[in-house]
Amino acid sequence: MDLYEYQAKDLFAAHGVPVLPGAVASNPEEAQAAAEEIGGQVVVKAQVKTGGRGKAGGVKLAQDPVQARERAEAILGLDIKGHVTRRVLVTEASDIAEEYYFSFLLDRANRTFLAMASAEGGVEIEQLAVERPEALARVPVDPLVGVDEAAAVEIVTRAGFPEAIRQRAAEVVVRLWETFVAEDATLVEVNPLVRDPQDRIVALDGKVTLDDNAGFRHPGHAQLVDVQAEDPLEAKAKAKDLNYVKLDGQVGIIGNGAGLVMSTLDVVAYAGQRHGGVRPANFLDIGGGASAEVMAAGLDVILGDPAVKSVFVNVFGGITACDAVATGIVEALRILGDEAAKPLVVRLDGNNVEQGRAILAEANHPLVTLVDTMDNAADKAAELAAAGA
Amino acid sequence: MAIFLTENSKIIVQGLTGSEGTKHATKMLAAGATIVGGVNARKAGQTVTIGGTDLTVYGTVAEAMAATGADTSVIFVPPRFAKDAVIEAIDAEIGLAVVITEGIPVHDAATFWAHNVAHGQKTRIVGPNCPGVISPEKSNAGIIPANITGAGPIGLVSKSGTLTYQMMYELRDIGFTTCVGIGGDPVIGTTHIDALQAFEADPDTRVIVMIGEIGGDAEERAADYIKTHVTKPVVGYVAGFTAPEGKTMGHAGAIVSGSSGTAEAKKQALEAAGVKVGKTPSETAELARELYKAL
Repeated sequence: MDLYEYQAKDLFAAHGVPVLPGAVASNPEEAQAAAEEIGGQVVVKAQVKTGGRGKAGGVKLAQDPVQARERAEAILGLDIKGHVTRRVLVTEASDIAEEYYFSFLLDRANRTFLAMASAEGGVEIEQLAVERPEALARVPVDPLVGVDEAAAVEIVTRAGFPEAIRQRAAEVVVRLWETFVAEDATLVEVNPLVRDPQDRIVALDGKVTLDDNAGFRHPGHAQLVDVQAEDPLEAKAKAKDLNYVKLDGQVGIIGNGAGLVMSTLDVVAYAGQRHGGVRPANFLDIGGGASAEVMAAGLDVILGDPAVKSVFVNVFGGITACDAVATGIVEALRILGDEAAKPLVVRLDGNNVEQGRAILAEANHPLVTLVDTMDNAADKAAELAAAGA
Repeated sequence: MAIFLTENSKIIVQGLTGSEGTKHATKMLAAGATIVGGVNARKAGQTVTIGGTDLTVYGTVAEAMAATGADTSVIFVPPRFAKDAVIEAIDAEIGLAVVITEGIPVHDAATFWAHNVAHGQKTRIVGPNCPGVISPEKSNAGIIPANITGAGPIGLVSKSGTLTYQMMYELRDIGFTTCVGIGGDPVIGTTHIDALQAFEADPDTRVIVMIGEIGGDAEERAADYIKTHVTKPVVGYVAGFTAPEGKTMGHAGAIVSGSSGTAEAKKQALEAAGVKVGKTPSETAELARELYKAL
């Protein structure tokens, strides 16, 4: 889960990383009140989970609380790369002497953690990495050893931080490492990390990604989910404990196993090229169980998507038995009754496939078409979606 | 021959007495795997009967190895205890640890991997979040159904469980030396490259099928490896062309971040290495079949 800047800074503050005073506001009045509380010049910053906020007009300086209110009015509702701004962070305006870059992240390729730091902060780091890789220090971090002050000094030295503030920057780096470990983060990024004229080191921005798999030891992380910003169908699926991602096509997809479902989306998109360009409407992995209840819950979510014109159920019975899946489909259609009004293409293979196909044949449901291979079934589902569009 | 797992492998199950452990140990035994015991500190000394076989439960992996000569562990321990279970297997220096558990925090996986490296990599870790390893008609360590296909000359390495099953099914007319499900997490033990290296060295494997998916750059690195190290024909498949940026697609590691980790980049890297890449699993299987018949 990616966090908003204000959430990242809350975590920073909780772990002793210096941040400027600020408050989040979801309307102009709150922004004005926050600016009054902070006093003096403030910065009003759009809270969206994407980069390039400044260029899009999502970060503005305000001289006083009334201007902060005006800035918030302009920024709230702003669409930044498809992300609508629902909140702003009002924060003290800082005097910046220098800007640096710092991050801890997961290095998948080397199966370890990585510190990345540069004395040239405030720029697009991907761009810096490509154009001037020598300006970006990349230092592997052994999870068994971690980052103490000596290691932190080493990192900021390699990154070319000025000698006068290395010790102070290293103290902040140790706090960032604590944040990274204590919160089970896969990314903690500060861009820019700044030195102010008094040589204080402050995290002026913050980007944090948390590991969803670690939720069991962080009950507080659930509260960081922005329920308001969730797609309603994704929220509905989540409430039913379904692994669902909304996409923008017309063919609803249900399958078992993440890889097979991803593959199903691709095969449908590929088939769709022959049928007016129809595309998959969602990702939905019903996992190993595939009981009638799970199938009904999945179908309910997918049929609730008005863009869906046909549904493709693609199951390979590995651990799951196809007869159980077929029973699940028949039962699910019975449970849903008249709400199920879109054609279903079903492909079953694997464990107990003959019994499964027999169950569907016997039920002879008018909406269900049984097709024997994945590629042919995808083609049929795409054809039906194109016909229904 | 087979890779990683043979008819001589002696398997213990960590988490044998849990519901998943018992269920899959039953299937592994039915598939002909030699399971010699289980591990559960709280049930040490007990005997459980699974699929008609009496199995002793040991307190630790080291005890189980000393008593049985086990060289392989299959781990079904729940996420919050999985790190300690894997570290225990590493400390006991078991040859192969297959981590089936899904949902292990990535800090835990990075930690047990670092522990393995610090310990001299005496243990081959497969997974986590994987279906395991099967050498058809020889042995089965994990949850891959044994009734899909028999033995044959194809080697399969895959990030995805169900795509492994699908590919085994598609090529059941030819059969497999070994199928390795390496798992869909961001941090995994055995990689595509490790499996490619082992298949290249295995005289019975004649064609290699590798299945990848979005996220990370393991497929690109495998492509580089194939270019310089693999002489056997390799066929590839990549899932996730339609995955949107920034969304996790089921597997914790299956995510396109910015412009990195896309299926298109992986496909191109593989093709540039001379790997034929299928558009669908069936087409991929057909490419493998053609290459095999042309040998």
